[in-house]
Parts: sequence; C-alpha cells; structure tokens
Amino acid sequence: MADHMANQSLSRTPLHAWHSSHEGRLVEFAGWEMPVQYGSIADEHLATRSAAGLFDISHMGRLKFDGDRALPFLDRLVTRRVANMKAGQIRYALITNPQGGILDDVLVYRLQQADGTPRTMMVVNASNRGKIVAWLQQHLRAADALTIRDVTRATAMLAVQGPAAIELVAAMVDVDLPGMKYYTGTLARLGSVEIVLSRTGYTGEDGCELIVPAEAALEIWERILARGARPVGLAARDTLRLEAGMPLYGHELSEQIHPLQAGLQFAVQLERRDFVGRDALVVAQSDTTCRRRVGLQLRDRRVPRVHYAVLRDSQVVGEVTSGTFSPTLARPIAMAYVDPPAAVVGQVLQVDIRGRLAPAEVVGLPFYSRNS
Amino acid sequence: MKPENLLFAETHEWAHIAHEAGGQVATVGISAFAVEQLTDLVYMELPEVGATVAAGEEFGEVESVKAVSPLFSPVAGEVLAVNTELPDHLETLHASPYDKGWIARIRITDESCLTKLLDYAAYQKQCAAAGDDPA
Repeated sequence: MADHMANQSLSRTPLHAWHSSHEGRLVEFAGWEMPVQYGSIADEHLATRSAAGLFDISHMGRLKFDGDRALPFLDRLVTRRVANMKAGQIRYALITNPQGGILDDVLVYRLQQADGTPRTMMVVNASNRGKIVAWLQQHLRAADALTIRDVTRATAMLAVQGPAAIELVAAMVDVDLPGMKYYTGTLARLGSVEIVLSRTGYTGEDGCELIVPAEAALEIWERILARGARPVGLAARDTLRLEAGMPLYGHELSEQIHPLQAGLQFAVQLERRDFVGRDALVVAQSDTTCRRRVGLQLRDRRVPRVHYAVLRDSQVVGEVTSGTFSPTLARPIAMAYVDPPAAVVGQVLQVDIRGRLAPAEVVGLPFYSRNS
Repeated sequence: MKPENLLFAETHEWAHIAHEAGGQVATVGISAFAVEQLTDLVYMELPEVGATVAAGEEFGEVESVKAVSPLFSPVAGEVLAVNTELPDHLETLHASPYDKGWIARIRITDESCLTKLLDYAAYQKQCAAAGDDPA
C-alpha cells in the first residue's frame, strides 16, 4: 500500500508547503515530490467531473524558445505540422526517434505577446524533460538562431478542470476565456501577474491550464480554491485521464511504441513534410502485425494493473499498460496493447489478475466522454 | 473492541485473542490506520474457511482504486469463519475497523506467533514513524 517514500533530494513545486499543510499525501513522481491525494481519490475525481478540480502540475516541463525560427525548427522534430501555427494555437504532437518510437508527447504553444511578436513554448512530460531538452539541443543548428530556455523552475503550472472551471477562472482574468476554443492559448493578466492561459487539460473535462510565475503560484492557487475549486492529486488525475482514454508516457507511450499503434493518427502528418522518425512511420503505416492500444472494461471488481497479461483462447495476446477502478463507471477499466486480431471492439478477452482470469471486453476509447 | 485490547502486526493487521474451550481463538482485521491509508476500497478477497495459515502468510487481499494490498495472517492456525458481509460492504472497514469490520476468526495452533505482535502503543509508534507513508 505504500508509494515511494518522500525524499529530500526530490524537486518541490512552489506549492509544496501548501500541500504538506493540507493533508496532501506526498509521493515521488518523475523526480518530484507531488501530492497523490488529499483525501478520497474517488471524491476528488467526481468533484472534477461535477464541478471543478484544481491540480498542481508544476512538475510538467516548460520550455521557451527565443528566436524567430522556433516553429520551422520544431517542425523537423514533431509528428505534426507546426510550421503553420498561428498565434493563439496549441497543438498536441509526438517527438519520435528515427525508428518512429515515441520520445515524448508534447504540447506546442504559439502565443502572441503584447508587442505583437509571437512566443513559442512547449510543455513536456516531467519524466522526459532532461531527455527532450538534450534532444532539442542536439538537433539545433546555428542557422536556427534559437535559444531554448527551460523555465520549469521559474514557473508553476495549475490545471482547473471540470464543468465549472471556465466560469470560475474567467472571473479572475482579463481575457474572454469562455470565448476561447479548445486547444487555444493566450497571455493574460490575473490581477497584476502575467500568465499563460490555455484551454487544455488531461481529464476529459472542459477546463484550462495556467502557467504562472513561481512566486505568484501560491496566491493564485488559494484564490482559485476560494472560488470553490477542490484540490485534486495525481491519483485522480490518473483515473480521470484513463477514463478519458488519454495515454500516459511510460505506460501507453514509450520509445518501443510508435504513434500509429497508440491510436494517435490525429497527431501524425506524414505528407509533404519531413521530421525525425517520418520514414519509419511511413513504413509502420502498412504494418498490420503490431499490437494496438485498446480499452478494456471488466465486469467484476478486481482491477487489472500495469503489466498484467491479456489472453484470448488461452494464448497471451497482449499486456495491460494502465488500469484502475473507474469512479464514474464503477467498474474496472484498463488500457492494453493487444495483437490486431484481438483488437476488435466487442470481443471478450481475459486479463490474468494474479493467477485468475477475468473477462474483459474490448471497448472503444474513451471510456467516458463529457458530451455523451 | 478497543484497539488498546488488540495486538498488531507490522503489516497493519490486528488480532483479538480470546480463550475458548479447546484453545485460543483470534479475531483478526486490519487497522484503522491501514484503512485510512488505503482509501477508496473497491474489492476484498477473504481467507478460505478451513484453510491452515502460517503467521505472516498471505491469506487475502484488499484492493483500492490505486493499488492492491495483500492481507497477511497475524497468527498461525485454522480459519474457522470469515465475515462474508464485508466484501459487499467495504465501507464497514472505515466505519468499524475493530468490530463489524472483522475479517476472520482463526483457531491458533502455534502460540509462539503472538510474541511477534505489537501492542497498540508500539503499533502507534510504528505508524507515526511511517508518517503518511507506511511501508
């Protein structure tokens, strides 16, 4: 029942003291000491689905690109066209190695600054931050005339998620947040503080994310709580993203997995462009044998966990990458990679849960959609 | 039952020892501290009636949203009865960990196992040392 012990050498977010003094159970995550929960995970999960949850996601890596040629540079490294991004747009993309394996999944931000010039940013996974910074530096050419700045420690990042989130934050900022479309972002003022405000998230709910100066984080956090949001830890962030069918690096995504088998075709553009990993992905397009990411829903209450085997007709056909008990559906759910013949919605497979086989139906992702 | 009258395993199970005809019988469960740490219980597997268990042997499991945890028998003996109501009413573990939340009754076959158990004060000390993050 234990998570990793808290450790002095871990990084701490600007909100660490707040978490400690508010029943936050702190655990190690990707080199950071993060609140996994403040109380019941299910309560935090359901509060996000029904009202508004507030998440400290300051562990996520935040990179800033200084220079005019940031987009053409990134266009050589990400699976999706970003060279044509307009101010205000945000795009989800993968960074792949030459074999097409996923180095990280990232958000590319193109923002308009007060003086009219653009700003390019990228948000990367905490666990991959060092690797990605090194990868970007390695591919930087003198002609790019770019400086990559890691602003993770100088800033904090908060997510406000749930049906009440937009209205809640809209009252605090000087921009028309309700008028912003999903996957757009802008610089905004929250009181006297300049922040990056985006309509993005990792829960399957409407909501927004804020990148704020580290020294302003606590005051902003408390102001959002005062407006009725509930603090939510990483455990519920995980159950929320799982219900929403969103992959997590280290589980559904890795350097051994390519974006097409992960079901991320929407974030891959192979035509009329080139990027590291493109040629491998062109070949992978016609690969009919590699395992596919699927959703599994179970009938009983035992939960399939990461690395459990998935079987069909007594043969192992795949492996669970994430599993939990879904607070919304009140059933165990999982994501798994399975051989193509098993990756058929409606088919009933089996998961080996510690020596006993449990029926698991292949279902379409996401498990939960706020519009349905 | 008052926790002061119970013995505790380092792995957070408790035992109440009663002297009955034919020997000692332990009623066992899991501590309030363990239940609080687990949060969000979703499933429980009871020991099997009639099974012979060694002290420290895994004899069931309790699963939360986050993880599954094995249950270890705090005593050596034969399982006489289990609380069949419990798996369908896991909230009982929160509401009444030392009474209605009992898990099994075990006829003790080797009393030496009892010397390895902690009294409540020692167990509390262990929990405090573990802070919010018990092993």
